[in-house]
Parts: sequence; structure tokens; C-alpha cells
Amino acid sequence: MEPTTAPPAEYAFDLYVTGATPNSTRAVRNIKEICEQYLPGRYALRILDLYQQPHLAQQEQIVAAPTLVRVRPLPQRRLVGDLSDRATVLVALGLPPAPPAA
Amino acid sequence: MHNPSLAGGSALPRLPKAPTGIDGLDEITEGGLPLGRPTLVCGSAGCGKTLLGIEFLVRGIQNYGEPGVLMAFEETAEELAANVASLGFDLGALQAAKMLRLDHVHVDRSEMEENGEYDLEGLFIRLGYAIDSIGAKRVVLDTIETLFAGFTNESVLRSEIRRLFRWLKDKGVTTVITAERGDGTLTRQGLEEYVSDCVILLDNRVIDQITTRRLRVVKYRGSTHGTNEYPYLITEDGISVLPVTSLKLEHTVSNEIVSSGVSGIDAMFERGGWYRGSSTLLTGTAGTAKTTLAASFALAACQRGERCLYFAFEESPAQLVRNMQSVGVDLAPYLAQGLLRIDASRPTLNGLERHLVTLHRLVSEFRPGTVVIDPISNLISVGSISEVRSMLTRLIDYLKVNGISALFTALVSGREGRQEMTEEGVSSLVDTWISVRDLEGIGERNRGLSILKARGLAHSNQVREFEVTPRGVELLDVVVGPTGIITGAGRLAQRAQALAAAEAERLALDRTDRELERKRRVLEATIANLRTEFESVEEGLRRARAAQPGAPAGDDNAADTDGNTKAAPAGQRSV
Repeated sequence: MEPTTAPPAEYAFDLYVTGATPNSTRAVRNIKEICEQYLPGRYALRILDLYQQPHLAQQEQIVAAPTLVRVRPLPQRRLVGDLSDRATVLVALGLPPAPPAA
Repeated sequence: MHNPSLAGGSALPRLPKAPTGIDGLDEITEGGLPLGRPTLVCGSAGCGKTLLGIEFLVRGIQNYGEPGVLMAFEETAEELAANVASLGFDLGALQAAKMLRLDHVHVDRSEMEENGEYDLEGLFIRLGYAIDSIGAKRVVLDTIETLFAGFTNESVLRSEIRRLFRWLKDKGVTTVITAERGDGTLTRQGLEEYVSDCVILLDNRVIDQITTRRLRVVKYRGSTHGTNEYPYLITEDGISVLPVTSLKLEHTVSNEIVSSGVSGIDAMFERGGWYRGSSTLLTGTAGTAKTTLAASFALAACQRGERCLYFAFEESPAQLVRNMQSVGVDLAPYLAQGLLRIDASRPTLNGLERHLVTLHRLVSEFRPGTVVIDPISNLISVGSISEVRSMLTRLIDYLKVNGISALFTALVSGREGRQEMTEEGVSSLVDTWISVRDLEGIGERNRGLSILKARGLAHSNQVREFEVTPRGVELLDVVVGPTGIITGAGRLAQRAQALAAAEAERLALDRTDRELERKRRVLEATIANLRTEFESVEEGLRRARAAQPGAPAGDDNAADTDGNTKAAPAGQRSV
């Protein structure tokens, strides 16, 4: 979704969703908000629909939906759910509790 | 045997079933698992749940051309493939042929955090994709409860698993779900058994330090099924459940007679032995020469040039050979020649099913004409009586189908021995039953042998005494005394008595003869005496007549009569 810049972004996220289910839509909204707020210009976010690309589910070991995978920085981290609990999402993704430019 | 048409009306459709191709399981479930529905296979660790699942898939592909999907939550595809390779299942080749898809689902809580609402749609998509990509008809999920370890939100999981079962049904795939057995429940989560249409319980029970695997169909919606616990084996060819009822009695029979190895026993049968391919039971108390008789039978088979397989559960081959040499049964040359094979092991070495497998393997390898199992009663120490019975049924049937003459010895204890064997039901399985026992008399024990039954063979009804001599087993002639047959020292006493009686009779006869002789001599003496007397009277008369001149020449007859009448009153008799 986001145009990848020439140098790889500092943060890279893959969000696997299942169409437009309420959980998926909420997850998409939440992650976008977080990224924009905490990592403006430093992230790459891919939103992948498992209905469109079902082979990804096996390849990426996806069981639950929605699943957010932090691809970079390593180690990989996985978050399952609609990401509605902002504070724990930040902790899990290793982001500072307050937006840098706030 | 089964008549599953409970509905009675043949017009009603029967529940469609997917045959598993697993030995015996289709008999118990009367055709297989419910087609297009989920079946739960539950059991504790080491029961072969995964194996049953994989065999279901592999047989489905090999025998029925139905592609399958295996979704493994615990083992990776490589591990599974390696595990079942020993059974001859080549999962790699089946995958390459697009008949099988393996998907290892990795769920690890440490790598994952939950945040907010979620569902398991990812799993559905994954499974749906795998099914659609090869057009699978069969699905195995092994083991779904692993999800409970990966996710904390139990209510979501429960509803999602329910939804999964529903979804699988709608997909129309026949599914096998495996689950660990819980404490007091069939599964840990107590969920799968309610949403499955068929539940198969595998059990791995240790009784008296011996493990036996058992299988039971707990529920089967819309169908009758075998309700018992059936022992099953994990063999080189996969799982084998052989319920007794599935064995049909269809084997061909031979009319040929084989020798028992003891001429005396052969003579007790009208045809001089028992049928080839029949099974013979030899029961007896301790020390009644059961092994000797069994070895004689084995020797006779070898002497005919047949291969013989001897299972010894009590003695090592060397000990058996040595002991039998002492009674003139020399097995050593045939052992060296390869005609005889002795397989000695402790019965407790293995569970019953393992013994059966060993037996099957050796028999198929060695192709014997004769099999001796000495003794089968030792196997009872391994399992319960009903298990042993079912094992023996399968064993005897296997040997019969292959036309192998079998001899089993069995140790029975004391007086109730015969009854005991009957309860075990072994006796009804065999064709010929020979009983050897102690005939305990005054201060000694002798061995007696009798034929209790012999199907299709006329046989002697006598209890025969036999001796184990350096030349083998010899049957003695029957001696019947006033209280039945007489054995041992009694036999000798009887013989001595008979001799004495004969002697006495001879003496009595002699005495009568002598008496008669004496009487004859007395009579002769009397006659001689009378004659002398008569002659002297006659002489006297003649003289008198010569003294009277003119007297007519006497009538001889009259004179004779006179002489007699005169002599009689004289009463001169010598004693």
C-alpha cells in the first residue's frame, strides 16, 4: 500500500486480513493510526488479504486473523487480533509509549 | 454375521460411509467412517492416533483414489514422513503425485501476542486452500487441541472449532480429528466428542506390566457398530484391528493325514494321524511329557521333509535340543539342515499383539508346513483370557488359512484343568484335543493319554498309559482291571497276580489229573483182584467137577454167573 522508498524502511509490517470482516477492518484502521502517529515516514505496511492469496496462509504460518507480523526490525513479532489495545500493541512492537512529535 | 439393516425397509438409504482400508476397522464400523463427516480419534500418548489418521489418508489414496490433506499441529511434514516410512508409506511420493498435501501448523504462544478480537479464519482459508488445490476428499487434523496451547481466548477457540466442524461437513470431506485423552473425558477440551459424528477411542492399557492396545467405537451417529473393545496391532503394514467376528471360516481343507510322531498315538486314530492343516491342542499337567510329544510331532514333520517352526516359550533352543536327545528325539540335524527353526522367547517379552505379529512374520518368512507353540498357556500370563482367546482365534485362523498343521501345548493345573481350558474357549477352536495327565495311584504317578476330541476322525476312547523311553514315547497296552485301567506298578502287580492265578489253576488241574489217575489205578487193581478171585473160584469148581465122574461138561456161562454171584458177597476188595 505504501510506496516503498529506495532504502528499506526502518519498520516493516505485514498485516494479514480476511476480507472486510469487522475485525479486519478495525485492525487495518488501528495499525494505520499507530504507524502514522508513531512512525511517520519510517515504516512500510503491507496489508494482505488471505482470501485473495490463500497460499500465504501456509507459507507464513497464519492461523488466526487478523495477524500483524513485524518483519523489521528483527526478531519477528506477531500480534493476533484487531489491535484495539493500543498500549500493549506499542509494547509488543517495541515503540515508545508516547508519540515522538506529540 | 452382522445384519445392519436396522430400519428393516431396504428402500431407506443407508448412511454413506468412507472405507478406511484399515484391517478390521471397516468390519467394526460396518463399512467405514461416516462419509463427509468428522470422526474423532482420541486416546492417550502412544496409541497410534496419528498413525491411524495417516493410514486413513494413505489407504484412501492407494485403495480408493481419494486425495487427502493432513494438517499436522504437532509434527512437521518431514518428521511425519520419516515416522511412517517404516510402514512403507511414502508421503513424499504421494505429495509429488498431488494426491496428498501436508501442512504443518506451527502455533507458539511465545512468538505471538493477542490483542483484541480475532478468529481462526486464517486456518479455514489455509485448510480450504489445501483441500481445493488437490480436490481432497479426506482430511486429517492432528491434533487440534494444540490450538488451546497457542491461544488464550478459550471461548473464541471453542466457537471457532465448532464452526470448523460445521465447515468441514459443508465441504463434504471425511475428516479424522485426533485428540489427546483427557482426565475422565474423551478429550482434554471436552468439545470434539460432541461435535464429531463418530468417536473412536484408542487405549493403551498396562495390566500386569504388559501393554495391550485396544480400540472401541464410542459413538457412531446414524449407524450400528461393533461395541466391544478390540485389540489392535501396529504392524509393519500399519494398524490391524481384527475382530473375531470378521474372520470368516472359509479356508480349504486337506484330506491328507499327518503323523503325530508317535506310532502309538497314530494307532489311536482310525486313519493313523490327524489331518494336515488342522490344529491340535495338547493339554496336561506339569511333567506329563507335553514338550516331548510336541517335539516328536516336529521331528516327524522334519522327517517328512516339511519345514517346521517351533515356538518355545519355556526353553532355549539349545536346552530343548539337549533335553529331547535324551529321549531319542534328535532335532539337531534338522536344525542344522534348516528344516527346523526354533524361536524361543519369554512370553512376557512382548504384549500379545506383538507375539502375533512375530508369529505372522516368521510364518510368512519361513513358510513352514508345521507350527508348534509350546506352550500357549504361558501367553495367558501376558493377557486376560478373552484376549488370549481372541489372539489364538486369529492365530489359528491364520495358520489354517495357510494350510499349516499346528500343535499347541497347554499347561493346565490340577483337577479343574480341563474345565479351565474350556472356559478359555481354546478347546473349541482346535480340531483335535489330546489330554495327557498323571494317573496317580498308590505311591506313584504314571502318565496317561487320551483323545478328547478329533473332528472328522474316528478315534479310540481309551486312556492309554505311556512311557517316555530313550527311544521316545511309547504307548503301553491297555490293561483293564476290576476298577478300570491299570497302570505302572499296579500293572506289574496285575501281571504277577495273573501269573499266580494261572499257576494255581495249572496246579489244580494237575491235582485233578493225579486224582483221576489214582482212581483209575484203584479201579484197575480192583478189577485185577476180582479177576484173580474169579479165577481161583473157577479153578476150584473145575477141580471139583473133575473129581465127580459123569458130570456133564459145564455150561461156561452159568458157571461164570455163579462165580460172580459167589464172589460178590465175599466183598474182598483191596483198597
